[in-house]
Amino acid sequence: MKLEIQNLETDILIIGGGTAGCFAAITIGEHSSETRVIIAEKANFKRSGCLAAGVNALNAYIVTGQTPESYLEYVKNDAEGVIREDLVYTMARRLNAVTAKMERLGLVILKDEAGEYVSRGTRNIKINGENIKPLLAAAVGKSPHVTVLNRVNIIDYIVQEGKVVGAYGFSLDKPILYVISAKGVICATGGASGLYKPNNPGFSKHKMWYSPFNTGAGYAMGIRAGAEMTTFEMRFIALRCKDTIAPTGTIAQGIRAPQINAAGEEYEKNYGAGKTAIRMYSTVMENKEGRGPCYLQTRGTTSEQEHDLYKAYLNMAPAQTLRWLEQGKGPAEENVEIQGTEPYIVGGHTGSGYWIDTQRATTIPGLYAAGDVAGGSPQKYVTGCFVEGEIAAIAALDYIQGVSIIPPNRQGMEAKLTAVNKFFRPQAGLYTVEEVEEAMQQVMDDYAGGISAGYAYNTAKLQVAKKRIGELLQISYQLNTQDLHQLMLIYEVIDRLYVCQTLIEHLETRQETRWPAFQQNADYRQKDDQNWLKFVNSRLEGGAVKIILRDLVKKDDRYEHKD
Amino acid sequence: MSIKIDSQKCNSCGKCREVCPGSLLYKDSSGKTAMRDPRACWGCTSCVKECKPNAIQYYLGADMGGKGSVMYTKTEGQLLHWIVVAPDGSKQQLTTDGRQANAY
Repeated sequence: MKLEIQNLETDILIIGGGTAGCFAAITIGEHSSETRVIIAEKANFKRSGCLAAGVNALNAYIVTGQTPESYLEYVKNDAEGVIREDLVYTMARRLNAVTAKMERLGLVILKDEAGEYVSRGTRNIKINGENIKPLLAAAVGKSPHVTVLNRVNIIDYIVQEGKVVGAYGFSLDKPILYVISAKGVICATGGASGLYKPNNPGFSKHKMWYSPFNTGAGYAMGIRAGAEMTTFEMRFIALRCKDTIAPTGTIAQGIRAPQINAAGEEYEKNYGAGKTAIRMYSTVMENKEGRGPCYLQTRGTTSEQEHDLYKAYLNMAPAQTLRWLEQGKGPAEENVEIQGTEPYIVGGHTGSGYWIDTQRATTIPGLYAAGDVAGGSPQKYVTGCFVEGEIAAIAALDYIQGVSIIPPNRQGMEAKLTAVNKFFRPQAGLYTVEEVEEAMQQVMDDYAGGISAGYAYNTAKLQVAKKRIGELLQISYQLNTQDLHQLMLIYEVIDRLYVCQTLIEHLETRQETRWPAFQQNADYRQKDDQNWLKFVNSRLEGGAVKIILRDLVKKDDRYEHKD
Repeated sequence: MSIKIDSQKCNSCGKCREVCPGSLLYKDSSGKTAMRDPRACWGCTSCVKECKPNAIQYYLGADMGGKGSVMYTKTEGQLLHWIVVAPDGSKQQLTTDGRQANAY
């Protein structure tokens, strides 16, 4: 098989038809009906991205009595101060507006008798999130200006005259390499899973917290194009129900179940205030000290509560309900065991991603970032990703005024075509893509603070990881495929390796431990506010990751890229 | 966890192939849907919900405590019935209502 070039043209190209991408497309339609939009989505946008199975609640909402300022304070405290206040604040101010828009699109939100949303905690509201993605997709489908290219896997930006002027991608159905030219591009590909050996390394290897199909493509394309990235070292590790890797918040917040160890002791308070990283870290430490397994204490809940939990999980993580039913023991009878996942890189929960200005522009003109792929702004969750999609859309619309399409350079196109077609080698190589992926996950697990290393790393181990990831990257370019699906898997592992390379440099640079488990440097075990209340950023220059340290940005600052 | 497809029941409508977020389902030489790699499934049940003839059944891998039960769904307006069939053939059913928010 050999791919052939097909050229396409649009005003704004959105890469990724998930949470942020769909919302960006809808926003563009509302502001400018004549602007042409292409969404390039590697699966089908009806159920693609993080929201495939549904979502348990809206976890970023300004409930009665709270304010955008109080949300900002929560995020700042939870992230130990290293956040872009401008980004978090501009997001927080729009959380309720995007929620109202989703309700108009058909999202069911629980209300009390007075018509107020019912809160679940101080920042969350209760919904039926099973169909949230089909609702978004339907709204995009009704926008006449939007063309959705399903099953097109974008692999790199087209960069000309120092600007992003489109992207290359291939079809999963036909031997076509699309060369999509655009006046502006919004990257909304999501974060990266599958970098580390997962909780279930065998048959159920993809039963993970984050979508296994979010492979860090957006980060990797940005890294290769020389965009500045931030805070990769703040990994996200989720606290989940054991085996099914289903959410714990529904139980912990919904029925106020505390975390207990094998002796029945509530242990979280022994590790300090209830921050996201500490909640996870305390569970890791209890197990390490021989006091596991750890549980959410659900025994004794009423049968009505149990039934409600069954239904709530069907609306977002059906494996957990199936497990309860299959075991013949529900949460009322048996406590729910919990565990930490492998680390992910995901800007919707922590601060990892593109270094963007307040308008969500990346450091390369013409390229905007929104959602999990954008950095500096933790605790975005679903609604925050909507807001970023909205802000990026409006900024991109503004940018394209007076901008003309730059036709793609013939030499660049031919070089990309040759590089892609190289993988269709007649002879099978020594290694398969699956072997490279498993090797990468093993390296990261052992040498870059994975589950089996108790999430801790040190400089000596990172040197090994760096060397091995470099070798695997070399091997990955020798992989072989006979079909388009396998070609996608090759590009996914290459993207993950690029993300690993940057991640390792970030981990090494932060000479402190700011977020236990998330970023735990065994050479520097304390938090060091004097030296490290700053951002670790990076840029790929001449094949090497160059580190850039940057100062914090305040709430009312309007951050612009200068150097 | 993954899915199993009963090709006898598959009516070749192709809806499951469209929605899989991992593009894991494909049309085999007989026109029926087949699974590329059971290990690559995220377990989102998107395909299960699309499958009118209930040819797609969802199950937990033995590595995560599965004991042989399978699950499928039936849609009735806003209601989604989730049916779990144990290895001995006994059935349990739960129903979620698209108009109702989660209690938690």
